[in-house]
Amino acid sequence: MTDVAASPPAAGAPSQGQGLHTSDAARKRLKARYASEARFKFFGIAAVLTAAFFLVLLLSTIVGQAIPAFNQHYVTIPVDLSQESLDPNNEGEAVLRRVDYDAVVRNGLRSLFPYVESRGDRRTLGGLVSSGSAVRIRQAVLDDPDATIGQTSFAVPLDDVADLYFKGQVSEERFVETTGEASPTGTEGTIQILSTANDFRDLLADVKDFLGEQADEVERELASRERSLERAEIDIVSYRDRMPEEGADRREFFEDQVQILERGINGLNANIRDLTAELADLRARSTAAGADEVLTTELPSILVEINGGVVKASSINATAVEGEVIVPLTTTAAASGGDWSIREVVLPERNRKLDDRSLIYLDQLAAEERVERQFNMIFFSSGASREAELAGIWGAVVGSFFTMIVTLSLAFPLGVAAAIYLEEFAPKNRLTQLIEVNINNLAAVPSIVFGLLGLAVFLNTFGLPRSAPLVGGMVLALMTLPTIIIASRAALRAVPPSIREGALGVGASKLQTVLHHVLPLAMPGILTGTIIGMAQALGETAPLLMIGMVAFIVDIPSTPVDPSTVLPVQIFMWADFPEVLFRQKTSAAILVLLAFLVTMNALAVILRKRFERRW
Amino acid sequence: MSTTNVQDAAQDMSQQAETTTAHETAAQSSQAPGSDVAPGGTTITDAPPDVIKMKGRNVDVFYGDKQALFDVDLDIGERQVTALIGPSGCGKSTFLRCLNRMNDTIDIARIEGDITLGEQDIYDPHIDVVELRARVGMIFQKPNPFPKSIFENIAYGPRIHGLADTKTDLEEIVVTSLQKAGLFEEVKDRLDAPGTGLSGGQQQRLCIARAIATSPEVLLMDEPCSALDPIATAKVEELIDELRENFTVVIVTHSMQQAARVSQRTAFFHLGILVEVGATDQIFTNPRDTRTRDYITGRFG
Amino acid sequence: MFWLLFLALLLVFAASLYIGAQRSRQVAGPNTHVLHSRPSYHGGYLAIMATVPALGLLIIWSIAQGPIIDGMVVGQFSDEFEALSLPEREAFLRDARAIAFGGIVSFTDELKEAAAAIYENLYRISNMAMTVLIALLVIVGFRRGYSSIEPKRRTRHFVERAVMILLIACSVVAIFTTVGIVLSLIFESIRFFTMIPIHNFLFGLHWSPQSAFAGAGEVVDANPEVFGAIPLIAGTLFITFIAMLVAGPVGLFAAIYLSDYASNTVRAVAKPVLEVLAGVPTVVYGFFAALTVAPFIRNSGEGLGLDVSSESALAAGLVMGIMIIPFVSSLSDDVISAVPQSLRDGSLALGSTKSETIRRVVLPAALPGIVSAMILAISRAIGETMIVVMAAGLADNLTINPLEAVTPVTVQIVTLLVGDQEFDSAKTLAAFALGLLLFCVTLTLNFIALRVVQKYREQYD
Repeated sequence: MTDVAASPPAAGAPSQGQGLHTSDAARKRLKARYASEARFKFFGIAAVLTAAFFLVLLLSTIVGQAIPAFNQHYVTIPVDLSQESLDPNNEGEAVLRRVDYDAVVRNGLRSLFPYVESRGDRRTLGGLVSSGSAVRIRQAVLDDPDATIGQTSFAVPLDDVADLYFKGQVSEERFVETTGEASPTGTEGTIQILSTANDFRDLLADVKDFLGEQADEVERELASRERSLERAEIDIVSYRDRMPEEGADRREFFEDQVQILERGINGLNANIRDLTAELADLRARSTAAGADEVLTTELPSILVEINGGVVKASSINATAVEGEVIVPLTTTAAASGGDWSIREVVLPERNRKLDDRSLIYLDQLAAEERVERQFNMIFFSSGASREAELAGIWGAVVGSFFTMIVTLSLAFPLGVAAAIYLEEFAPKNRLTQLIEVNINNLAAVPSIVFGLLGLAVFLNTFGLPRSAPLVGGMVLALMTLPTIIIASRAALRAVPPSIREGALGVGASKLQTVLHHVLPLAMPGILTGTIIGMAQALGETAPLLMIGMVAFIVDIPSTPVDPSTVLPVQIFMWADFPEVLFRQKTSAAILVLLAFLVTMNALAVILRKRFERRW
Repeated sequence: MSTTNVQDAAQDMSQQAETTTAHETAAQSSQAPGSDVAPGGTTITDAPPDVIKMKGRNVDVFYGDKQALFDVDLDIGERQVTALIGPSGCGKSTFLRCLNRMNDTIDIARIEGDITLGEQDIYDPHIDVVELRARVGMIFQKPNPFPKSIFENIAYGPRIHGLADTKTDLEEIVVTSLQKAGLFEEVKDRLDAPGTGLSGGQQQRLCIARAIATSPEVLLMDEPCSALDPIATAKVEELIDELRENFTVVIVTHSMQQAARVSQRTAFFHLGILVEVGATDQIFTNPRDTRTRDYITGRFG
Repeated sequence: MFWLLFLALLLVFAASLYIGAQRSRQVAGPNTHVLHSRPSYHGGYLAIMATVPALGLLIIWSIAQGPIIDGMVVGQFSDEFEALSLPEREAFLRDARAIAFGGIVSFTDELKEAAAAIYENLYRISNMAMTVLIALLVIVGFRRGYSSIEPKRRTRHFVERAVMILLIACSVVAIFTTVGIVLSLIFESIRFFTMIPIHNFLFGLHWSPQSAFAGAGEVVDANPEVFGAIPLIAGTLFITFIAMLVAGPVGLFAAIYLSDYASNTVRAVAKPVLEVLAGVPTVVYGFFAALTVAPFIRNSGEGLGLDVSSESALAAGLVMGIMIIPFVSSLSDDVISAVPQSLRDGSLALGSTKSETIRRVVLPAALPGIVSAMILAISRAIGETMIVVMAAGLADNLTINPLEAVTPVTVQIVTLLVGDQEFDSAKTLAAFALGLLLFCVTLTLNFIALRVVQKYREQYD
């Protein structure tokens, strides 16, 4: 830096900045300050990205779960719906109603699986189709007897787990290309299949690996138990240590605690013994090379498809399997490599909802081209059901609709009227200030408190029907009221005084001014606020739980006083059910709810953009 | 800038001179003999100052598509007060804000030309604007003390620039700055009181003290007294006079009397053009350009 | 019956509007400007005169007739009722009503049949009387109104006053709601505190109302030791704390970045993202917490060798934090943007970097507003229900380990009330006591937030 020719700094003045701010020390400080700036900015960006990340995560999780739910698989089974078997004497509806349609379904299924004989197997087979199939057939017969009677086949929905199978969500599967020639020793019962090549060797290794992983898990559990044991022992010691210093009451309490802990320790010890034994067993089996391995339900399943039949292996070694014939073989002739196949179902049978037999039966149905995937109309048109494949949101949607109507018809007039009074007419005194503070407070009260209010006042004092959209609507109206009032007041305030003065100037009364001139101009803002308030109300769950809209309602409500539920509560209830299909349907229902909300908010935004005026 | 534009600009300006000075019959007769007309068309009445602290050459400023300053050449002398005067909207504040790059905070602002501090072009990409602003301080039209104590207000600058290593050093800087701003006696008992609790004039002097605390070389003042009453104004003007012993001061003012009282050199801006610049006496007693004369005599502005 | 009469009154109202207007035109003759008020106001006048008194009677009668008739039935069978307790009495009446008017009857006996017969009788008489009186009021009102329609009558003033009264009534609903909330909560809580002493509730360390009674359906004195709310309060505070750890920094920094650093395009994208996060219903967040977040935390924890509950406080708190981020961000954004640009200019002119300006000048100036925003966010988190119902635990647990399950106040309110309730048991009433606690806490927090902003508002300017 060249020095600018200048008079030397006057004595006593702060040294002139030129050297002060451009020195090396200053430059270093500057660098540090810029580093700090960069870090700060980074945190800001990180925060925004974090929020975006969570949103993306949330949506993608829900969408990913929901997509399978929009399709449903149906199977077409042969049925005997002839006039003779249903209603031989042509007596009409009364008889048709009482026919055992479950039997019709069962017989139809069984006709496709002649080799399924034992009771257990038959039950498995029957469980593949929805338990509501009979109801559907009956409904079809009653609704349109002329068309339905005489039909020889009918499409029924698959049970939820079977449906999952065709969506590929039951288990990972591996297929092994075969090279050797396989010789089955029989066509039925328990047989052996020997291969000339080591086709089974890799599978055996897989099984051993699986045992190893299981052993690892048992080891981890063992470690966790041992930790718990340690902790319990430490706790006992600490109690014992502190006991002498405590009074009689506390000592008794401590004694009780110690006893509980000791009981726990006994249990833990037993647990640890079992686990240790299990661990040893698993390790032994997983490390023993090449030996025969017995396939239990805790291990992956191995199915051999040969000569038109299917064999479920119960033990395996490198060159052969022994197992039970599920689907009879056509012949005991040897099959050359490539003509027969081995299939490994990775998830052990015990951990699956669908056992091997079911898989095989379903495969047969698929092979006969009886299985069809259709858009899931059931989801959109049915009410609730405990059976996952039969559950739908229509009941909840209608319930939400009724509730929203009640909410709107109560909250909108009340809210706008109150806003008009408070904004245009009310004198500025203590009472109106109190009202204003009140409204702002109400807007911040937790929603569950409104539910308690509804329970205590509407249900108990007034005796209104539980679970009815009427009561739900009233509770939500109280919740939405502050939002609408606040938004309407803001909209009214935004109308410039010149409008009011103009109207008053031509002789309109105050009320006429407000109703005929100010209100129409404020309407877009009021509507925007109302839509937003309604969108919030649509998503509310907690207060409706309190007033009982959580009952299990199968029928679609037809009036606002019929018991019903609303969409968010339906989501809440379904979220508790363990079936995978329910999880998927819950996600799909969430998407439907979000679609409604997005539409409403978009409507509010459009309204605001189109009609908002800049005074 | 190309010569053609210069000619055009000169054309524009003489045309403007014709339209604004409606009583003049001939534009040529507005200029007294013996003056130079520098390139760019401004009339420089005086020789440049002894030592030049800051220099502006061919400065154009655009706000979006609208041009606010046209080809301004101006020297700022060291250790003296330079006043920028002119009617509202003439570009004087815009030019002032270029000197410490405060126009950078306005998205649509674009600056072309050269402005140097000492030998350095302050718009050079390698220049650190933070460092620049430590060397060129600014006082705003409306006093803007931070909502902190008086002490903290002054200590802010030294703190962030690391000018004080110990607490005692910091206190010394604060006291010195307050003394230099002529505020110390009035507030020495209440350094912990909030800066916003002072009167308007005191707040502005606080802002001046705050600006001084970072030991700048140049002080820019944007109409510092326009929000103050006459007594406070007088105090601030007195302060400015003292400040020029140690700092280079550039002050924008819409009051000609203030410019006459306080500055040694005055520059007159009109419609984005620097019309005339010279010694304050000269400008106010014998302006060369008609526009200057008209403004000073109150014909417009 | 009620709806029928209501509908009838509506029809009368509509008809009177028309008739009144017509009448006024008739009375005015050829020059309608003789009328003080426009015909439509005369119509309104007539309509109000005809229907409003009747409507009032309809409402009051309908509300009152239930309890009054109940009382009369009880009076008829006063001997038998002496022996019964309050719930039994109510059950009896309910069944009797069901026998008379249709509905679910638990069981029936001679007494109930007799009572049912009396019910039918009384209601029939009551309804008839009500209908007659209403008709009377309508006729009288209509005639008076009709005959008094004349040009000079200032019906517009009348109608406008009526409308004003209506508007005022609507405004007062908000107060009634608050009063209703407070009263119902207090009323039920007092009943609760007669069973369980208040200091057991506020200071007890053990919450297990399910174990309060010896057996189902027995009327036994509740064990006061198991209604201690401290574990619930601790649970709520713990989860809220975790939520604020997430939402506080993320929301604040997002607000800072969006207000002072972000370009317009970034703002145009980021603001909708935050609005969407704010608009997602809490039940969806709860589902997300239970489906994705809790298992993830559980698996990660167990991979690290830790014991993690499937309902860990961390999972619930984390998701609740995500939900609150937009709340903190938008409130803070408003406050930060409200700091005058002149302060920022002053700081920049002294040669500070943007982050220094924000950290040392803007944020301190905006601090009261930001603190207020955080308090409001805490209040929101405390009152939140669905996320914790679906993701947090049910058993009381005093701990500071975020990997364990704790239970907050709102979950307990839901648990106590969903399902069969006997309205007098301590279990059900405990929910109201909890609700009162919740209401008071959130109200106090909101009040404090407001005061913080008010008190420090005159910082600049």
